[in-house]
Amino acid sequence: MLSDGIKLRRTGFNLVWISGAGPQSDSFEDLAMPLFDQLYNFARWLTQNREEAEDLVQETYAKALKGFSSFQLGTNFRAWMYRILRNTFLTSRTGLRATSTTSLDSEEEGPELAVENETPETILVRSFNSQLVQSAIDDLPVHFREALLLCDVEEMSYREIAETLSIPIGTVMSRLSRARHTLRDHLERKVQGNETVIEVARGINHGL
Amino acid sequence: MVCESWKAKLDTYHDGELSAGEMHSFDAHVRGCLACSADTLSRVQMKRAIHVAGKRFTPSAEFRKRVQHSIARKPQRSFRLGLMLATAAAVILVVGTLTSTYVGTRSGDQVFSEIADLHVATLASSSPVDVISTDRHTVKPWFQGKIPFAFNLPELQNTEFSLLGGRMTYLAQTPGAHLIYDVRKHHISVFVFQERSVRLPAMWDENSISPRKLSFNLQTWSQGGLRYFVVGDASPADIDSLSKLFKAAS
Repeated sequence: MLSDGIKLRRTGFNLVWISGAGPQSDSFEDLAMPLFDQLYNFARWLTQNREEAEDLVQETYAKALKGFSSFQLGTNFRAWMYRILRNTFLTSRTGLRATSTTSLDSEEEGPELAVENETPETILVRSFNSQLVQSAIDDLPVHFREALLLCDVEEMSYREIAETLSIPIGTVMSRLSRARHTLRDHLERKVQGNETVIEVARGINHGL
Repeated sequence: MVCESWKAKLDTYHDGELSAGEMHSFDAHVRGCLACSADTLSRVQMKRAIHVAGKRFTPSAEFRKRVQHSIARKPQRSFRLGLMLATAAAVILVVGTLTSTYVGTRSGDQVFSEIADLHVATLASSSPVDVISTDRHTVKPWFQGKIPFAFNLPELQNTEFSLLGGRMTYLAQTPGAHLIYDVRKHHISVFVFQERSVRLPAMWDENSISPRKLSFNLQTWSQGGLRYFVVGDASPADIDSLSKLFKAAS
């Protein structure tokens, strides 16, 4: 093996040989920068504030760079970055405030919630409004919000989400279920509120 | 009742987390069940709506640049890089010093090898000299206009040396004078060049030339801006005597 290496080096092939050597050639920047947009998006959803999101992302990258030597190449880098971001958020003032108000009662045993045939989603289809959905996501407790975003926006698998949030897969499923149920409730209220506004407006018009 | 068992897995189904077998069974059920297909449709729409609405924020180019710059600096790596560069510089310095010493020695040896070669090649020639004369007053003027310097030839009266003649020669692409003397059937060459055209290592002198390497005796010195070489297979004493005559004449 050693003699092969020397031979390669002598014949001038060592550069190809070394640069193609695998995971060691991946730099932190090469791995981390492609995740920048999505990490920022996630940070904004968590903090709900631009300055705080920027601080969070900046700190995440700094911490990740510092700890990169301890990261095991070949394992899930994306989940690792998200975990750093989330842990950084949880220890921030906003994070502590957000999590202290979240009720996670009986999340492990939460029953699967059935959906009626006429649902906010079907109403949503009729008058699709992204801002309405965004507003409903914003209203979710942070533990539900992050699970939902990782699943439906980042399209992570349950295993990845479990790894990122450092919780069991069962808890991931439970949180997702409750997040979606809560979101549906919020949407229903918002849609009904909108319709009421419309009806009121119509009434005013008729009155005139 | 069948639907109830499926409804518990609706989200898992839409998240693609059911096993392949369960997915297949679920697909079959949904196709035949109105309630579950309506539920499935609404959940798919919901998932899509969240996916679109969730991609809401985009970082500014300025912020991206700032973060990229901060991680590109890589303090630890730059320290390592600095260390590597310092080590490389030290290695280059050491190798450079050794090489220059070696090359210097080699260039010294090379000069004397060339001098010896000139001596031998000239003697092997059928016409070793261009100006055939035993008279220094004939030989010296012959070089005028041929070489960019002037030099004195020693008076050989009452010595064992005799002048055979002279010729133009070249060393390191610069012209010089080549004189051939005879002493007891031995030929001795005297080369005269401008000092600045013959680059010898500062530490070098003729004693550092191994006789084994050249198989000739040789003396060299610098005088009046000229570099003299006296080389031949004559004894060191003869070489020394002729050298002294030249030194005295200059």
